[in-house]
Amino acid sequence: MSDFWPLLLGLGDELAAHVLLSAAAIGLGIAMALPLAVWAGRSESVARVALGFASLVQTIPALALLALFFPILLSLRAVFGEGLPTLGFLPALLALALYALLPILRNAVTAQANLDPGVIEAADGVGMSRWQKLRLVEAPLAAPFVMAGIRTAAVWTIGAATLSTTIGQQSLGDPIFAGLQTQNWALVLAGCLASAGLALSADLLLGLIERGFAQRRRALWLGGMVAVLLGIAAALAAQFAPALRGDARDTVVIGAKQFSEQYILARLIGQQLERAGYAVEYRDGLGSAVVHSAVTSGAIDIAIDYTGTLWTNQMGREGNPGREAMYQAIVEWKRDTGEARVLGRLGFENAYAFAMREDRAQELGVRSLADLARVAPRLTVGGDPEFFERPEWAAVREAYGLRFARQRNFSATFMYNALRSGGADVISAYTSDGRIAADRLVVLEDPRGALPSYDALILLGPEARRDEKLVETLQPLLGAIDVEAMREANFAVDREDDKRSPAQAARALAQRIGL
Amino acid sequence: MTPAPALEFDRVGRRYGAIRAVDGVSLSIAPGEFVALVGASGSGKSTLLKTVNRLVVPDAGRVLYEGEDTASLPLAALRRKLGYVFQGIGLFPHLTVGENIAIGPRLAGERLGRERIAQLLERVELEPGMAARLPEALSGGQRQRVGVARALAGEPHLLLMDEPFGALDPVTRAALGNTVRELHERLALTTVMVTHDMAEALLLASRVLVMDGGKIVADEAPHALLAGRGGAVAQELVAVPRDQAGRLAQMTREGAA
Repeated sequence: MSDFWPLLLGLGDELAAHVLLSAAAIGLGIAMALPLAVWAGRSESVARVALGFASLVQTIPALALLALFFPILLSLRAVFGEGLPTLGFLPALLALALYALLPILRNAVTAQANLDPGVIEAADGVGMSRWQKLRLVEAPLAAPFVMAGIRTAAVWTIGAATLSTTIGQQSLGDPIFAGLQTQNWALVLAGCLASAGLALSADLLLGLIERGFAQRRRALWLGGMVAVLLGIAAALAAQFAPALRGDARDTVVIGAKQFSEQYILARLIGQQLERAGYAVEYRDGLGSAVVHSAVTSGAIDIAIDYTGTLWTNQMGREGNPGREAMYQAIVEWKRDTGEARVLGRLGFENAYAFAMREDRAQELGVRSLADLARVAPRLTVGGDPEFFERPEWAAVREAYGLRFARQRNFSATFMYNALRSGGADVISAYTSDGRIAADRLVVLEDPRGALPSYDALILLGPEARRDEKLVETLQPLLGAIDVEAMREANFAVDREDDKRSPAQAARALAQRIGL
Repeated sequence: MTPAPALEFDRVGRRYGAIRAVDGVSLSIAPGEFVALVGASGSGKSTLLKTVNRLVVPDAGRVLYEGEDTASLPLAALRRKLGYVFQGIGLFPHLTVGENIAIGPRLAGERLGRERIAQLLERVELEPGMAARLPEALSGGQRQRVGVARALAGEPHLLLMDEPFGALDPVTRAALGNTVRELHERLALTTVMVTHDMAEALLLASRVLVMDGGKIVADEAPHALLAGRGGAVAQELVAVPRDQAGRLAQMTREGAA
């Protein structure tokens, strides 16, 4: 844990981005909730509809709400044009603001409903107009309750904002997702602590403002507000000062899905580009489905994807035409649609394969998927959540008549632990995974060719594919990484002792392949 | 020549569904009168009072204030011209006593000076130093005194009071009644007070109106009511305090003997 403190202190950028995102979302939430609350105070049916909607939003898991804004914004491009961002700040802002709506709205509506009717009669009796009544009486009396709602919203929003990592927005979720993926618990802890610390600080400051309102102490609420604004200003400065100093080179954005190999390859490409003088930014932990849309829409410039994934998920094709034919079909498909370009293959495959512990496989006499089918009804299969939804799973079950006793979802990292501890008998492993050799696992043969190939390839977005220098810079990577090299790099990050960061593993990999 | 009426009701009516809360009331109140509006709960007395400052909008007839139809006056301006005191008091809890008193003029864009607020506090027999306090630091009687001071801040000619002492204990109630009666004289106000307490009406008012079922059923001076005029409903209400007073007098005599 000696490397914990530098990790925590190194989260400045993520913290600043997190503060800005949360503050903007809460601000937007307040801007929506308060007028709505005033309107709801004048009309029973508006109150019912508004609170009903806000409660409904609250029942959607935050992760799903964030993901939903990608297709929504994508379809809104028809109205607002191609410049509308579909990933990153905008969708995160909108989803989190909706999330912040309920506590603010509910408290504001309740506060209005509970105002002393005598005070309202007096306000009318002394001759206040509607606006004067709102400004001079209703708003100040409701303020402490509204502030309590804002406090709740702030804590929720700061927590949920960690999930915006999955849609490509930098946040304190970055270290959490990266650490979870690479089993770097110090990194996870650093992200959690930073986010919890931020939530507690926000709660404390907003609590001061609330108390200032309730006790009518101007110094208290003004002080709290100034502190909040200073915090936001500091985050703004941290985020935008480098750009203002003139460091604003055109930045190349590299996306990575949520597993170690992607983090390492993103760094490998990033380091190669930096040597050529490019400024690089990473969007780590993107959802697998998001990555392809992101690179074709230009939200990111470079992505690593796999032939089998594109073939089934993006092209919607079935069957397995064979490794070479599949690759050629994808290159042509990309050339025809003209948005992104396949730069080329890296040289290794990261295919799905079924793996078992060596001792267990021997004990059951299983060497291939056909053998597995015999004993499967007594076994538990583990896979990542994506796998069981994929056509490959259906194809394998179909081809071999596989029926398992139980099916369990794990994140990629925990799958191997489950295999070791007996939580699963067979897992859907990845062929480039270093843990296959390290854990002495047996990869089951696929005599009927049910599992398609997964050649890793580089996709370039609309801007990057026209950048000749960039294309030139990445040429040496093509065909340079064999599966042993990739396994070694993956294992350096995934193993439990003597762990390397993705950046370190990328540098070692670069050396090994002679860049 | 009789002076122009301060307040005039012209066939004023107000229904709530099938119930006629106020049923065609016509009435004229001269400047300087202290009118008590008495009746049982639901007799329509409070509704009638509120048609004056249009907290209740009549659906029939007109209410004239100093000769002008209140419906034709801008609402906020009308209300600022009328002093209004009610049982709920309704001091603004987030404003100091001084700010509460100054609210009416403030709405009209006028700032009340410290001396003027002190003067208003003295009128309702409170210390000028109270101006800086919040309402929560005051007793119930003190709060209603501030309520009266707030009603007087705009120098109204007409003071409307809706059960103003209803929530107060009897001692405070009597003291505040006397204060209001004195202010009525000193400031040459016209006062209309709604109360369900006939004794209070008889002791404070110069004219007592009795309401029943939305109509005025008696309109007499206090001594006329005590002399037995005004009809059955009015006499039923008068009988209660008269009977109590008689029994108290008898008990006093027996105790002395």
